[in-house]
Amino acid sequence: MCRWSLRSEKCRGMPSPEPPHIALAGNPNSGKSTIFNALTGMRQKVANYPGVTVEKKEGVMHLEGMGDLHVIDLPGTYSLSPRSPDEEVAHDVLLGLREDTPRPELLVAVVDASNLERNLFFASQLLSVGKPVLVALNMMDLARASGCVIDVAMLQSQLGVPVIPMSASRGQGLSELKEAIRVQLRSPAVPRGAIPLSAAVDQLVGEVAETLVTQALVPKAGARGEALRLISSEKVLAHPRFAKVMGALRPVVESVRRRLEAQGVAWHSLEAESRYRWIESVLQHARRQREVDPSVSDRMDRVLTHRIFGPALLTGLMLLVFASIFSLARAPMAWIADLFAWLARGVITMMGRGPFQSVVTDGVIAGVGSILVFLPQILLLFLFLALLEDTGYMARAAFLMDRVMGRVGLHGKAFIPLLSSFACAIPGVMAARTIENPRDRLVTILVAPLMCCSARWPVYFLLAGAFIPDRRVLGFIPLPALVILGMVLFGVLAAVGMAGVFKKTILRGETPALILELPPYRVPSAQAVLRVMFERGWLFVKNAGTIILAISVVLWALASHPRQPGASPTEQIRGSYAGRIGRLIEPVIQPLGFDWKIGIAIISSFAAREVFVSSMGTIYGVEVSDTHETAGLQNSLRQERDPQTGKPFFTPLRAISLMVFYVLAMQCMSTVAVVRRETNGWRWALFQWGYMSGLAWLASFAVWQGGRWLGWG
Amino acid sequence: MTSLHEMCDGASGRVVRLDMAPADGSRLAEMGMTVGSMVKVIRSAPLGDPMEVLVRGYHLSLRGAEARHVQVEPAV
Repeated sequence: MCRWSLRSEKCRGMPSPEPPHIALAGNPNSGKSTIFNALTGMRQKVANYPGVTVEKKEGVMHLEGMGDLHVIDLPGTYSLSPRSPDEEVAHDVLLGLREDTPRPELLVAVVDASNLERNLFFASQLLSVGKPVLVALNMMDLARASGCVIDVAMLQSQLGVPVIPMSASRGQGLSELKEAIRVQLRSPAVPRGAIPLSAAVDQLVGEVAETLVTQALVPKAGARGEALRLISSEKVLAHPRFAKVMGALRPVVESVRRRLEAQGVAWHSLEAESRYRWIESVLQHARRQREVDPSVSDRMDRVLTHRIFGPALLTGLMLLVFASIFSLARAPMAWIADLFAWLARGVITMMGRGPFQSVVTDGVIAGVGSILVFLPQILLLFLFLALLEDTGYMARAAFLMDRVMGRVGLHGKAFIPLLSSFACAIPGVMAARTIENPRDRLVTILVAPLMCCSARWPVYFLLAGAFIPDRRVLGFIPLPALVILGMVLFGVLAAVGMAGVFKKTILRGETPALILELPPYRVPSAQAVLRVMFERGWLFVKNAGTIILAISVVLWALASHPRQPGASPTEQIRGSYAGRIGRLIEPVIQPLGFDWKIGIAIISSFAAREVFVSSMGTIYGVEVSDTHETAGLQNSLRQERDPQTGKPFFTPLRAISLMVFYVLAMQCMSTVAVVRRETNGWRWALFQWGYMSGLAWLASFAVWQGGRWLGWG
Repeated sequence: MTSLHEMCDGASGRVVRLDMAPADGSRLAEMGMTVGSMVKVIRSAPLGDPMEVLVRGYHLSLRGAEARHVQVEPAV
């Protein structure tokens, strides 16, 4: 029967069946992605697996004389007993349990040659899945450098499958891999798979395997591997797929476990111990390890994870990252702003002024433009995050910060996402994917926007600059700067506090053990890093483009209707629906010290915080062309009078109350959109918006009322 | 016999028992820290937790809470 695509020479003229599916599977850091990129080039697609926030990486590769193949790059996995959503997906795809993904016909087990023992654990599990397997023995260059000599032929005969030595990052071994794939697809061979066990244990495993086969749960080829795993893991046994036959299955498994205990064998580590024993015997013949001086990685770690230098260098690195993001992003941000202004002018020229033109320029272009202006910062952050990940430093950061994060109920891996949120919460929220535990990940996502983000700066500068007296503290520190710093710290404290609250209440649960690999440092691949950066950037633009577009248009509609011909911009916005809403909510925000004008500005800045500045500009009739040049607006604000007392409306206390509101409120539709994507639904995104708004209200209330009660009005 | 948590930087030994809950213990075993494997303590993080160990040729980081349950026979 013909199995290949139309382009196969064998099958000309015959109907083309589905091209074969192959999967790349292996430990994290084994170089899977490098191989995947090399095989598929640009023919890749990244999306989410339906129903979970795990990335699905699919691609197409072309084999001479065989046509196209589907290739799927499975998430990095340590074991087929899943411990995280990533590993669950890999498990389900490999065993053909996912409806949205066909079961792969050929498995390429990517093994890191410089880390052979642990990598062979998962590889040996793959060998007993019951499908043809190829071993891509990657990172041979690193293995050689560390004094490791591998007898590939011996390894091949011991494993019973083809072993292809490679150094994917150097482009070595790829053609051999493709050839091996071709050979395997032409004449597939399912490996023996069975690892040697003692006779008694072997018989017990056989009992469970037989039950699996007779209950038609598992084909014969993969039964022993599954049986071994079932015996060793309560969690695997409790998988929904066994629910229907639990009546027949559980007694068998329990009886086997009891008999193992009677023999003094710990059933919960049976699989691990059996497989590693086998791996040790295999490597005894197939590998020679020379004693080497501490590797470069080890020497770097002596400094980078040093008790004192470690955190110091981490702090220094973070400051450097932020400083460069701010400085490098300035020019591109100005270009984008200019681009959108030019676009707007172009539209006006083409269409002439009118309602439709207004939607396009003031709604779509202004709204989307104000978000895309942040794209340079976001891209730079993604770049740094990808660099940190690729070099291996990310794991060290989690290692150094785990204790500190643990004190507030957070995971060590939450450090980098939260820190990135200082510049912009969007990459931070996306970076939270590295946290395997769904609860910890959700907590991190929920509190990330509380960390100061760059959009808050224009608000702080405007308000502190205008209304905090320019006194010097300790002789040289300007009071406005101190107040701004206070706001930033307040945000951090709020994030930490809320994390603690969430972990104790709605997201309560055991934090699973931190078992984290510290991979050797390596020189990042420019290609891989840039690819990740653009992928994530594009996801942001696409994501933002849809939802932000919608919200921009709505806000525009609220601010420019009902139409008041001949009105100045200031009058227009006062008489619009937005203005009416502002007056409507005035009673709610008056206890915070705000009036309806501030109300309008707050409403419009729910789209994006920095819109506050231009909104205030419009309300007070001042042109604000650049959010950094607000002297004119500051003057206007200073002259605003309280209608009842005649005194200046904006006092330091009122300014602080407003700033505190901005510290805590969720005013960024881009973040809402990203959170929606990362949590697979609106529920948590809306909850986040709600709790932050509530918190903001309460805090401003406390500041305003408390301050007045203390006589600072 | 001592717990992994109590070993000093640079000390090594052979794992004798994994006393923690089966779920955590089997993940450690799957990662290579089986009964009978050699482990070497590399260092602890600045505040004492987590610790970094060398096992089966690679570096693994685990918290004191888990390391406390790993019983090790120190090598002389």
